[in-house]
Amino acid sequence: MQVDKHHYVSSATNALTPAPQKYVYQQEVAKLIDTTICIGCKACQVACSEWNDYRPDVGHNVGVYDNPADLGPNAWTVMRYNEVEENGKLQWLIRKDGCMHCEKPGCQIACPVPGAIVQHANGIVDIVQDLCTGCGYCIAGCPFDVPKQNPIDKRVYKCNLCVDRVFAGQAPSCAKTCPTSAIMFGSKADMITRAEKRIAELKSRGFANAGLYDPEGVGGTHVMYVLHHADRPELYSDLPKNPTISPMVRFWKGAFKPLAAVGFIAMFAAAALHYIGVGPVAEDDEEEKKHD
Amino acid sequence: MTNHWVDIKNANLVVVMGGNPAEAHPVGFRWAIDAKINNGAKLMVIDPRFTRSAAQADEYVQLRAGTDITFLLGVIHYLITNDKIQHEYVRNYTNASFLVRDDFAFNDGLFSGYNADRRAYDRTSWAYQFDEQGFAKRDPSLTHPRCVWNLLREHVSRYTPDVVENICGTSQERFKVACELIAETSAPDKTMTSLYALGWTEHTVGAQNIRAMAIIQLLLGNMGMPGGGINALRGHTNVQGITDLGIMATALPGYLALPSERAHPDLRTFLSVVTPKLQVQGQVNYWGNYPKFFTSLLKSFYGDKATPENDFGFNWLPKWDRLNDFMYTMSAMEDGKLNGCICQGVNVLAMFPDSNKSIRALSKLKYLVVIDPLDNETSAFWENHGEFNDVNPASIQTEVFRLPSSCFAEEEGSRVNSGRWLQWHWKGADVPGDGRNDTQNIAGIMMAVRRLYEQEGGKAVEPLLNMSWNYANPEQPSPVEVTREMNGRALADLADANGNIVVRKGQQLSGFGQLRDDGTTACGCWIYSGSWTEAGNQMARRDNADPSGLGNTPGWAWAWPLNRRVLYNRASMDPQGNPWDPKRKLLWWNGAVWTGYDVPDFTAAPPGSAVTPFIMQQDGVGGLFAQGKMAEGPFPEHYEPVESPIGTNPLHPNVVVNPAARLMENDTKNLGTPDEFPYVATTYRLTEHFHALTKASKLNAITQPEAFAEISETLAKKVGVKSGDTIQISSKRGVIKVKAAVTKRIKKLRVNGQDVETVGIPIHWGFKGETVKGHMANRLTTAIGDANTQTPEFKAFLVNVKKA
Amino acid sequence: MQINRRQFFKVCSGGMAGTTLAALGFAPGTALAQARQYKLLRAREIRNTCPYCSVGCGLLMYSLGDGAANAKNTIFHIEGDPDHPVSRGALCPKGAGLVDFIHSKDRLQYPEVREPGTNKWKRISWNEALSRIARHIKDDRDANFVEQNAEGVTVNRLPTLSLMACTSITNEVGFLTQKLTRALGLVHVDCIARV
Repeated sequence: MQVDKHHYVSSATNALTPAPQKYVYQQEVAKLIDTTICIGCKACQVACSEWNDYRPDVGHNVGVYDNPADLGPNAWTVMRYNEVEENGKLQWLIRKDGCMHCEKPGCQIACPVPGAIVQHANGIVDIVQDLCTGCGYCIAGCPFDVPKQNPIDKRVYKCNLCVDRVFAGQAPSCAKTCPTSAIMFGSKADMITRAEKRIAELKSRGFANAGLYDPEGVGGTHVMYVLHHADRPELYSDLPKNPTISPMVRFWKGAFKPLAAVGFIAMFAAAALHYIGVGPVAEDDEEEKKHD
Repeated sequence: MTNHWVDIKNANLVVVMGGNPAEAHPVGFRWAIDAKINNGAKLMVIDPRFTRSAAQADEYVQLRAGTDITFLLGVIHYLITNDKIQHEYVRNYTNASFLVRDDFAFNDGLFSGYNADRRAYDRTSWAYQFDEQGFAKRDPSLTHPRCVWNLLREHVSRYTPDVVENICGTSQERFKVACELIAETSAPDKTMTSLYALGWTEHTVGAQNIRAMAIIQLLLGNMGMPGGGINALRGHTNVQGITDLGIMATALPGYLALPSERAHPDLRTFLSVVTPKLQVQGQVNYWGNYPKFFTSLLKSFYGDKATPENDFGFNWLPKWDRLNDFMYTMSAMEDGKLNGCICQGVNVLAMFPDSNKSIRALSKLKYLVVIDPLDNETSAFWENHGEFNDVNPASIQTEVFRLPSSCFAEEEGSRVNSGRWLQWHWKGADVPGDGRNDTQNIAGIMMAVRRLYEQEGGKAVEPLLNMSWNYANPEQPSPVEVTREMNGRALADLADANGNIVVRKGQQLSGFGQLRDDGTTACGCWIYSGSWTEAGNQMARRDNADPSGLGNTPGWAWAWPLNRRVLYNRASMDPQGNPWDPKRKLLWWNGAVWTGYDVPDFTAAPPGSAVTPFIMQQDGVGGLFAQGKMAEGPFPEHYEPVESPIGTNPLHPNVVVNPAARLMENDTKNLGTPDEFPYVATTYRLTEHFHALTKASKLNAITQPEAFAEISETLAKKVGVKSGDTIQISSKRGVIKVKAAVTKRIKKLRVNGQDVETVGIPIHWGFKGETVKGHMANRLTTAIGDANTQTPEFKAFLVNVKKA
Repeated sequence: MQINRRQFFKVCSGGMAGTTLAALGFAPGTALAQARQYKLLRAREIRNTCPYCSVGCGLLMYSLGDGAANAKNTIFHIEGDPDHPVSRGALCPKGAGLVDFIHSKDRLQYPEVREPGTNKWKRISWNEALSRIARHIKDDRDANFVEQNAEGVTVNRLPTLSLMACTSITNEVGFLTQKLTRALGLVHVDCIARV
């Protein structure tokens, strides 16, 4: 079953040629990951892998539950486990890691190829692998260390929030499968409302610092966390406290922005380099002709 | 489960002890989380390990593996001393007031009637006192020294908080927290649900662990209540159904007994022995209908061949000589007493205790038939896989067949979930390759053997050929045909008491109330009667409406018995019929009949009648005292695991372990002692895998790729290993090598004046599958177990650990 | 299962997918928008129950082949059944990975025998497999069947053959198994309810 074909609903664009503005209504979507009711079962990992048709290698046990050990081109989400013992009370803090779908995506800002990293009007940030040149700037641009390069095709991969499912009216695979509803999906407004209720409940159970993780440094995210210890996100396997886009990334994009045409040139250059380095991108024009 | 999965959301307190639902039943656990979020419930986890369930708990309490009874009897002691009892419930709905025989006694670890040579009890004295009419004597004032209430109080009086601390290693402060939480649910409008699984059953005292919690739930008035009950989180998807169908040594479908040669020479004697006698005047004693269930089963088995003259074919049933459960069978196999074995989807090597013993046993067979969808360790037990299966094929003379079978996606039929719901499922694809469906595999063997007997004649042809097999295609019975057979049908027009015909000859029965003992009904499994009626397949129903808001969804699938969702639900109301908790109204009396959101577990007797809610029981009440029904005593008592780290029983050093535990000589020879094997080991499952099955699935192999064991930071330091190192774990039965996971989630305990370390060993790896080849954890375990259920001790045994 | 761009546009312009697209914010905004192909569009949906634990979660299985005679069904995706009152669409990691169980490289494909003392599997036909198994059983049964015990009680049992049953089989297979075992006279019968 080869289904991993891309179908674009608009043409490639850049600042010189803005996207058509036919639609003006948009509803922002978000995924709310409630770490306080997450049982670390990895159903989300498996469902993601199953739906998106990737299988990382079977690894090894190194004395922890984290398998696969890290995000990868074939591991778009992983569970991270941390044992924290404070005041004689043990907590097993478990966090589902993966793309945060930032409102101001560092990956996209860093990307030199117009159209290679796209942000949908609903907030989903996706990499268009057909255009990706494998330069790796997005990896540097991401404050959460999420995008990963595939050593075979040199392109970069990450969670796309199951954009195909969302488009068809379904929740992302991870959200749907979550046994305890620790992953919820809906409009960002609804998710914030749910988070507030959860936080109030957590405070009633003694978690005074319970809170929502929706960091301002990246303009907020379309993947948010409820944390028992929102004052110390680093307890959750180094979730950054104040994630921001590297000034270096901002600088080079900012400086070049008025000269957006350069982006075009860069794209062609990069595409040329890619062609030399990797070979032609297999397009489905042939197929299209057949169907015509 | 007395209740069901969704009902957990109605609890005020969810106690997880002897189970780990966040890992073993993650989707069921959503209802525990739901109880927390939407019902303000507390979640308490009591476990030797800090599990993924514990990570969600409001309170986590640690105890030593194998000491649950001490903890629970300590709780009972607390409830009684602090008067946290639902008195009206206990007085009316339990046997607290029943008087027990004067010769019943408990001394120094032994109940009355013990026979040391047979390692078994004569249970005659574990009984009520009866009056001249044969009914049990009672003292409603609960003052009589021989009443159950006072015997229980006396029995648990030894289980003080300091005894609990000494045996379980649980601090008195943590124990008090647990007691107080549990005690809150003694209020009539508060409930606790008990979620347990193999963490309780897989002990030499497994059934008594559950008895102890059952007593607590009765004292608190939580049985029959929405959000209450004793909820066995069954393991495998249809373990409930296969148990219901009696695929066991001495059972037949519907919890009926297979006759034994000693007690049951003929049908009349059999029925008179097995049919329970009424013990309290006016009660229901529903099992009094045993002859109807049994005769209908014989009619289902033998059809027209079964007649009143031939005892409905009673003699064609095999009669057992001794309890040939799998633990005995494996021992007999090891001793060379068996020639053949048919393993229908059973991975003996990976699942049964003491896998070295399993290899020795299978090697003695002449023929082994494995019917399985997968290439597994059992069919390949003769293959040499180096250190993972170090055998010499040339020396193994067993002829092994393996027949490829279907998996869930390639078949239709019903399976029973833990909440007793029979759910129908549909086929999506064919069996791959040249594989065949399970029904076809069983029918294939049946028909091939029958053909040989038809051609050649041979021994005992009648039992073989008289078994009904009236399927359109006998080589491939359809699931619909078989399930209709289990539901049962009328063999003649059936009339009610007034002579009106209620069921026509040939029609499907609508419930077991229609069964007869005169041969006019056939029913393959009486508790399933009502699952496929004249109205069609009730198990395929898909109406998920929840009119009560209590999660009962009576239109979804079909629950045995009679689509009842909460067992003992009459006990959710007081004797006058008012719900104990008006907010959780399940049933009520509408002036004429019992009605509501569930099928009443009761008769038509109106409120205020003398009929009590536990209608299946001879005495009509919940049993604080189990009469003669348990192998090792009518009350639970603490016994150490057969391999105990402290080597004594602080309560009665003369009786250290369960005096009636199930053991074979082969296994007693292989028991270790703490001087050689100082650490307590416990085996268990992880969320990412299902026993030995999912290692064949790449997606699951990725999530937990390799065998490991969990040890505390203190033990790691002591034996000089760090996380990720390979360690060697040995027991008296074998040695395994796995990765070490050093964790804060396992702690050293202080027990009876000494330090006790726990080694946690997940069980999911072997020499087949997509995972990294690994040593099977069951190389370490012992085939000694519970005498009531024949469940092996997988949860507490002794090992040594060193760096490999 | 594959549609090309042009077809995709047609679907979007006329159908429900187009409205969904707009309502959920898939309108092209400030950047490129794209939609991957949704892989279940015309897949056949079959309802099943998870074969692992006894929660009994509802499954939706999606298969290639729409039921037409010339297409062979094969399951390529499984997700939770949202109507199921217990699971409400959720599946744990075991259930979520079921498609790899169905298509495991370890699925047996045909009957095989391993002859005594040898070191290999040999493929045989169903007919040979069942005939040889039946011959073993009959020889065993004729030699070791006990019709009466020493006291003269009819016992009709075969003490030398055992059957161990799995607990993921259906009730229907279970009932057939029960009938097979007792017809043969087996008393060494057990299931894996306790392990």
